[in-house]
Amino acid sequence: MNPVTVENLTVAYHRKPVLQEVGFEVPEGKLIGIIGPNGAGKSTLIKAVLGLIPIASGEVEIYGDHYKKQRKRVGYVPQRGTVDWDFPTNALDVVLMGRYGHIGWLKRPGKKDIDFARECLEKVGMLDFSDRQISQLSGGQQQRVFLARALAQDADVYFMDEPFVGVDAATEKAIIALLNELKARGKTVLVVHHDLQTVEEYFDWVMLLNLRKIAFGPTSEVFTMDNLQKTYGGRLTFLQDKNVLVDETK
Amino acid sequence: MLEELFYQLQNQNTQWVLLGTMLLGVSSGVLGSFALLRKQSLIGDAMAHAALPGVCMAFLLYGSKSLIWFLVGAAISGMIAAWLIQFIIQNSRIKEDSALGLVLSVSFGFGIVLLTFIQHNRGGNQSGLSDFIFGKAASMVGQDVQIITWIAAILLLITAVFFKEFKILTFDPQFAKGIGLPTTFFNGLLMVLIVCSVVIGLQTVGVILMAAMLITPAIAARYWTDKLGHMVVISGIIGGISGVVGTFLSTTTKGMATGPLIIVAVTSLFLISLIFAPKKGLVSIAIKRVKLRKRTSIEQLLLSFYDLTENAGGKYAAVSFSLDEIVNKRKVTSSLISKSLNELLKKRLVAIDREKKWKLTEKGLQLSYQLSLNQRLYEMYLMHEMELAQLQFSSREDVDIEKMPSDIKERLMSLLKDHHREPMLLPKSNNGLSRKEWLYQ
Repeated sequence: MNPVTVENLTVAYHRKPVLQEVGFEVPEGKLIGIIGPNGAGKSTLIKAVLGLIPIASGEVEIYGDHYKKQRKRVGYVPQRGTVDWDFPTNALDVVLMGRYGHIGWLKRPGKKDIDFARECLEKVGMLDFSDRQISQLSGGQQQRVFLARALAQDADVYFMDEPFVGVDAATEKAIIALLNELKARGKTVLVVHHDLQTVEEYFDWVMLLNLRKIAFGPTSEVFTMDNLQKTYGGRLTFLQDKNVLVDETK
Repeated sequence: MLEELFYQLQNQNTQWVLLGTMLLGVSSGVLGSFALLRKQSLIGDAMAHAALPGVCMAFLLYGSKSLIWFLVGAAISGMIAAWLIQFIIQNSRIKEDSALGLVLSVSFGFGIVLLTFIQHNRGGNQSGLSDFIFGKAASMVGQDVQIITWIAAILLLITAVFFKEFKILTFDPQFAKGIGLPTTFFNGLLMVLIVCSVVIGLQTVGVILMAAMLITPAIAARYWTDKLGHMVVISGIIGGISGVVGTFLSTTTKGMATGPLIIVAVTSLFLISLIFAPKKGLVSIAIKRVKLRKRTSIEQLLLSFYDLTENAGGKYAAVSFSLDEIVNKRKVTSSLISKSLNELLKKRLVAIDREKKWKLTEKGLQLSYQLSLNQRLYEMYLMHEMELAQLQFSSREDVDIEKMPSDIKERLMSLLKDHHREPMLLPKSNNGLSRKEWLYQ
């Protein structure tokens, strides 16, 4: 059973399509990068799959069923900038929010949930910061708290929206280690990614997206000059080889 | 004054009114916390102003004064205003602030027109409607208080029951939706609760100032805590106290509207929080800043002392230098220099001789060595951050040679040697790296 199956997905904001007839099947146990220029619809794709925004047409299945029925098998890391980090709460509390879906509504988190949340913080190297007010954390640490929250969801397939943006070297390392650990445990991870230089190093599979799906497959087969040119058009400067790709939209 | 106070408190009617204003203060404080954190402060203001035409309409339809119908009318027109604001934002190019301003002033203007009409044509001033503009707690009768008490109790109960849901909805609505929270329902519920808490305050606080009653306790509470649960409780307490104090003052002073006095009370509590709250208050921040400046200048001076002594070579006891040399090494704010040097002298970390030359003492050498070592290790960390990422230092203070894993410690030490930054001047005894360890390297 494929973790994610998308058929003919079209999403439109104010009648202007932002994703057109995108279809793909995500294989199990892979790290998958979603790349494309700014405004290509990368975040939109994730949000549409998770049912966060209405879709104009098409079908999305998670493990062969409707997303609403498979919610507990899905973990989500939104972009860090989407929340107000001045909110009065600490790191452990944010991670506990990952348990809410399992706890059920109206009930309070129990000791088991708190212990599990602590474990998740430890996995991202943030246990020492569990009582820290979230506005006192650095950008990278906030990102790790978000990752820990996704871990607390104890899911089988994870969606991460730009986890590497604006983080320090330590966090980038920690995230990569975490992604590999998830993979080793048979989990599937889809990551919206910006940095073309690291695509080959980080991801097994890659999706090239620009309103439409340009290509999707194992990185070694799909991450080619030809496909990149199709995705980025004239906005990409090639310097000798793709090790020194420069995305001019940045 | 005191006698009158006791006399008033024994009056059963006063007791009722005080209970009512306390409860509405608590509920607006509690729900105001959510309104504030959801950045909906101004929506509360718009809804309060929009309540006026609702109250007038209710009077026109029902024909006489009745709090319950006034509340229904106010709630309906408040909701319409909230919906209208959303509608304008979504279907025009008008931004949120303009939409709020538009709806707020238009509906308040409409309310005033209706009010004038009623006063001239229907029973004149007997309607008591004008009390709704600035609020008059004394106009409450026993039945009004009962209604307000019940509504406030229900609002608080619902908030307590759905606290966890409201929390995640306020912090991260997208994530909440992702894990299956019916966000449309809870958004709507929270909005209704906020409208209700505004509406029950109208008679006491008045439409013009009600928004302040919603928001000010929450802002004040935010100064005292970093936990949502605590913030909500503190905000409720502040709201309750202000309600009671304001009402009491207005019943003892003839002809004073209640609303303004309640707002004066809550604003006083806010100012106290702003100035005196621990950690975030202005006083505490100022003290921290002064302390930090002082400590930084002392440490900078010690670092300079160490560098100068180290550069001179030979025994530390034989090296001394002038004030100019010290200041030229690292700039320290001139207003702080003499103070900091005195502090160092007092702690016997440095000494001064007859020719006004400064030098380190044995104790000063030990401390400045420690500081310099940490400073230089921190520099090495910054230069090789990618490789040493697991250390997560954010300042010199985080460097602790005792707690470091030994391989990292060795790596940092050899980096220091490579860059010729190892401290050359070692004190006889120290807590950091001993002479032996450096030789071993």
